[in-house]
Amino acid sequence: MSATDTGFEELRLENAAAVARRQRRQQSSDPFLWSVLDGVPDPELPALSIWELGILQDVRRAGDQVVVTLTPTYAGCPAMATIRDDVIEALRSAGIGEIRVEIQLQPVWTTDWLDRVARDKLQHAGIAPPAQVAHCPQCGSDSVSRISEFSATACKALYRCTECLEVFDRFKVF
Amino acid sequence: MLPLIDDPVTVYTLRLADDALIAGHRLSEWTGSAPLLEEELALANVALDLLGRARLCYGYAAERSGGGCTEDSFAYERDCRDFTNHLIHELPRGDFAFTMARQFLIDRLGVLFLDSLARSSDVRLGDIGAKCVKECRYHLRRSADWMLRLGDGTEESHRRLQAAINELWGFTPEMFVQDTLEAELVAAGVAVDLKPLHDPWLTGVGQMMSGVGIVLPPLDWQVDGGRRGLHTEHLGHLLSELQFVQRAYPGLQW
Repeated sequence: MSATDTGFEELRLENAAAVARRQRRQQSSDPFLWSVLDGVPDPELPALSIWELGILQDVRRAGDQVVVTLTPTYAGCPAMATIRDDVIEALRSAGIGEIRVEIQLQPVWTTDWLDRVARDKLQHAGIAPPAQVAHCPQCGSDSVSRISEFSATACKALYRCTECLEVFDRFKVF
Repeated sequence: MLPLIDDPVTVYTLRLADDALIAGHRLSEWTGSAPLLEEELALANVALDLLGRARLCYGYAAERSGGGCTEDSFAYERDCRDFTNHLIHELPRGDFAFTMARQFLIDRLGVLFLDSLARSSDVRLGDIGAKCVKECRYHLRRSADWMLRLGDGTEESHRRLQAAINELWGFTPEMFVQDTLEAELVAAGVAVDLKPLHDPWLTGVGQMMSGVGIVLPPLDWQVDGGRRGLHTEHLGHLLSELQFVQRAYPGLQW
């Protein structure tokens, strides 16, 4: 396959966005804010925090305000309103008064942003993490077949293990 | 009452929003009656992506319009003549072959269109294009797969797919019509230029169909009018369901 076939060029750009996101956190002058938001799980994938899922892009102080930047996984993700409320609630409980939540579409969310820890947590929750080859989260077999391109949420597809016959969700490579 | 919308970028954004809302609504009608549970999930998920696209566009149009406009007021408080979606999206969902054939035809254009929209000189429209093209590629993967399965399936599935294409074909040219407003926005780098997209679209559709023995019919009839608010009789029925709650209980909140 050529570089264009694999979307290599695109992948490289997205990884740059992942690095930038991590750096914003590492170089933040306010690590407290980030750790508060580590306590906000994704409502549909409660095993992962919004940071681990790549939804949390930035949190910073701007004057008297705390500004949070979120990016949706999918354009129609119905959890976005809940996530926004949960973010505000978490920061309020931590004593922050004025909070602004901004939604940002670019760089476009990608499963490349899920790191090793996030992938392990998915696997543990019975969801095959995003990878070129799917392994059954129950028995580990790679002999699996796709039942549907979509599952209970937009970010997952439905698979069946042909070894242990278990039906499982697979996080779409996206 | 909505204010008169005459800013070209807002009008254009509403066109894209209406296309996505109506296409998504037709898909959502399968919920509870799809042929397979797995396909029902898939149809609802694609519908949700399209609703998400519609909301991004309506939200942007509302910000541009001011005057108390919200994404909801565009979706719920306009009547047929105010909607500017292409007619192909409002046609009743038909059988599963019809729904999937339409989805394939619009996805095949959608990937080209949104990829081009991602390069719009309007930053917000560019963001929407970049966000939604990824989802559309995924939709196309599934709808193209269904063209193979239906076209190469049984005699009955083949017959139904051919009938669907025959019925849909005269609605496809409208997707490539550019009026003065769009032509000016193309010149300004805001709108997608549809002219260079037609041939790749037709080639893609043609290859898919000839691979499974489906014949593209001669274009001996065609209709348009959606962008001018001239619709088929089906849109009113669709809106009577989509808008029912807000019509019966204006301003009702969850």
